Amino acid sequence: MADLVLSGPITAAPSRWRSAVARGGARLWAGGLIVALLLLIALFAPVIAPHDPAEQDLMSAQLPPAFMRGGEAAFPLGTDSLGRCVLSRLMYSARTAVAVALIASALAALIGIALGLIAGAFGGLSDQLVSRMIDVWMAFPPVLLSIVLAAVIGAGLTSVIAAIVVVDWTRFARIVRAETQAQLARDYAAAARVLGLTRAQALRLEILPNLIPLIVTLLAVEMGIAILVEVILSFVGISVTGDTASWGGMITEGRQIVYQAPWIMALPIAAVIVSVIGFNLFGDGLRAALDPVQRR
Amino acid sequence: MRWSALLKRLALIPPTLLGVGAIVFVLLRVVPGDPIAMMIPPGASPADIARLRALYGLDQPLLSQFITWLGQVASGDFGRSISLRQQVFELVGARLPATLELAALSVVLALLMGTAVALVGSLLRGTRAEWLLDTANGFFLAIPDFLWALILLLGFGVLLPLLPISGRLDPQLAIAFRTHFYLVESLLTLRLDIAADLLRHMLLPSLALALPFAALVARLLKAQLAEAEDQDYAQIARTRGFSRTTILQREVFPNALIPTVALSGVQVTLLLGGTVLVERIFSYEGIGNMAIDAVINRDFPLIQGLILTFAVLFIALNLAVDLLVALLDPRLRHG
Repeated sequence: MADLVLSGPITAAPSRWRSAVARGGARLWAGGLIVALLLLIALFAPVIAPHDPAEQDLMSAQLPPAFMRGGEAAFPLGTDSLGRCVLSRLMYSARTAVAVALIASALAALIGIALGLIAGAFGGLSDQLVSRMIDVWMAFPPVLLSIVLAAVIGAGLTSVIAAIVVVDWTRFARIVRAETQAQLARDYAAAARVLGLTRAQALRLEILPNLIPLIVTLLAVEMGIAILVEVILSFVGISVTGDTASWGGMITEGRQIVYQAPWIMALPIAAVIVSVIGFNLFGDGLRAALDPVQRR
Repeated sequence: MRWSALLKRLALIPPTLLGVGAIVFVLLRVVPGDPIAMMIPPGASPADIARLRALYGLDQPLLSQFITWLGQVASGDFGRSISLRQQVFELVGARLPATLELAALSVVLALLMGTAVALVGSLLRGTRAEWLLDTANGFFLAIPDFLWALILLLGFGVLLPLLPISGRLDPQLAIAFRTHFYLVESLLTLRLDIAADLLRHMLLPSLALALPFAALVARLLKAQLAEAEDQDYAQIARTRGFSRTTILQREVFPNALIPTVALSGVQVTLLLGGTVLVERIFSYEGIGNMAIDAVINRDFPLIQGLILTFAVLFIALNLAVDLLVALLDPRLRHG
């Protein structure tokens, strides 16, 4: 009997998925749609972009979007000051954004969850150590810390990702630590120990699965944050370099000619806003869909 | 009990600051850029460069540099800025008031807007308009301060040029200030023309900082109001014939305020951290803007001083919020 119970966590029946999606509601759908669209654009940018994002055409620089007066159909959203196609650059920038969002949040989550679980489950010295580290991190202005970090590591995508991971692991660690403690205090965790699971087994088989809804939600929100950090670092001048298109870089370039060609700055801002709202809605929807408290 | 908790918090401050200092110190020492290289005139001899390095203590081993720095900081000496060639303490002292004024104005704006939205939302409870308000509020919450700064700059600086988008005060209006709290001073000395111009310059950056925070206050306060309104005492007041607005004002609002302060107070640090970029975007002369310049110029002493300043502000704010909650809450007052 005991073997049967302990062979794995109790899995949700398939029909629960449908009710979970229903609980997520409009937010889950709207957010999921935006995120899916962003992923598709990032994936298929080379196929759908009308131009090479680095292709310069100085004869048609700073063209307004096609629907405005003076626009050309060949450049649906106009061109920047080097005559590069804004639509194509927006699409290729989505690749940068998605790459940063996926890699940075996954790594930040990995580190944060590991430290949060250890601190929450084992307490004592490990908890003291992690908690004091979190205290120190919380005393930093996050923006300033990521700017200093990126300056230390040097410009580039790796630097942006490293800055996000080093700054944001605490988001996961704090919440996972608190939630692990809360779960361990509940009866089922005690029952698992009584049934002979080691602490590590109980963590893996019982506690972690119960943390998944929380972690998934945090991940979605973190992806939105990661996109924002890339924009911030670009704005300060320490993000991706040269020809790599990024929304932050486009905003920074647009800022310099904002009086002559405001759309060059406005369009990437709009792209960032839509993506960040998408990730937020998706996260909110996921929380509603997966939250075991609301499930009852 | 409460005193011991407070003492424990206070005892944790020095190690936290030490940790912040150590991390910044080590981080900056692995920066590839050389701060000395940026300040030497072309054609300086290697001996000159070595002399400069020695002057700023950069020729010492890392640990001894850190210990020297700690000793200096403990005695109030934050060193000399490499790029601006002035005492860090004076530089920060001259710029910090600008940031504090901006942050304070933002908090006031956010509290006013957030409270108004929460109260309107509570009166609309259960209607379609409430859903609309909540959705809009979520939108404002999701967009961070620096994006608002860019949007406002685009909207009211460029497309509809109503407000100044750079600086703290029109240079033509500049008078000899006695302190660096320009707004406070001009209000106290009744130089209202100056105060008006300062406010015009502060409006867009403080609005950018205030909007997401206002949305947060609105969400928290509205939830607390809803909870308080369902409590027995509110229901009883209802049955005794008081109007909904009166109950909201006299019974529900004061009780909803405490948890809202406790929950949103901590987020004031986020607003303060947001000044770094918002000041940059609006070329506002506070410590945030200064910090970015310091990083770009590899100005170690200045970065260290500024980050420590932010850390002290963050910790002080958190403590202040805890004390405020204790003061507001009658249950904790006599604990």
